[in-house]
Amino acid sequence: MIKETIGMIFIYIGIGFDFFGVLGLVRLPDVYNRLQAATKCVTFGSAGIMFGVFILNGFNSFGFKALLGIAFIFLTSPVAAHVIARAAHRSGVPLAKQTVVDDYAKDNDLKDL
Amino acid sequence: MKIEMKSRIVVFVLAYLVWLALTHIGDIQEVIAGFIISIVVALIAGKFFITTKKQKGTVRRIIAAVIYIFKFLWEMIKANFHVAYIVIHPMLPIKPGIVKIRTRLSKDSAITILTNSITLTPGTLTVDLNPDKKEIYVHCIDVISADVEENTRNIGNRFESILTEVFE
Repeated sequence: MIKETIGMIFIYIGIGFDFFGVLGLVRLPDVYNRLQAATKCVTFGSAGIMFGVFILNGFNSFGFKALLGIAFIFLTSPVAAHVIARAAHRSGVPLAKQTVVDDYAKDNDLKDL
Repeated sequence: MKIEMKSRIVVFVLAYLVWLALTHIGDIQEVIAGFIISIVVALIAGKFFITTKKQKGTVRRIIAAVIYIFKFLWEMIKANFHVAYIVIHPMLPIKPGIVKIRTRLSKDSAITILTNSITLTPGTLTVDLNPDKKEIYVHCIDVISADVEENTRNIGNRFESILTEVFE
């Protein structure tokens, strides 16, 4: 009973942060800011949901899959965000008009590709 | 040559353990298939896992790693509330920009973990890095200054000191 309550609390926290991530995707102006919201909130939210599933199921094969899912999300999602941001910048996606500084464009002329 | 062999064995053991955790151990077919696939994985990608010799002070490094994990989780929770605040705020208080920070770390694994941590902590996202000059380009949702040194203090130093303990 307590186990189920704690598991459901984790799942609801995860859903809440996933919701903020999606709201950020809609409201923020350009691809880089949207990636910030998407990476942080969706990583934490999905990890929360999977941790809740792990608590509900305990140490059987289902719970282990949820734990491994957390580990892989934490490892892969920042790398994916980095690659998307880099590719967007290199193929000339403009930054939002509120942007104050862009050191990457300043130095990028020196590199090939 | 010696290190490469050790690296392959470690990768084989890890891959096999993950396979066993993911499948039902009771079925003999799964166990044999996992054994064969782990050998293939270790042969193809095994040599990239360990690239340096064994270091001293294992206990101290493990303690530093545990401290790092808790610090990272705390920063990550802060990051989530930060993004939630910005997204809910009706005026959308952002001042984005891409700034440059320096790093003292030299190992590939240490730099990878530092950049991943920067991406998952408040208001910052790693865009690219410049390994020969040891500079990281970071997209900030709220730029504080355009100065390299000050940004290094604000963004990189949170994790750099403890990652130095863990890796070098």
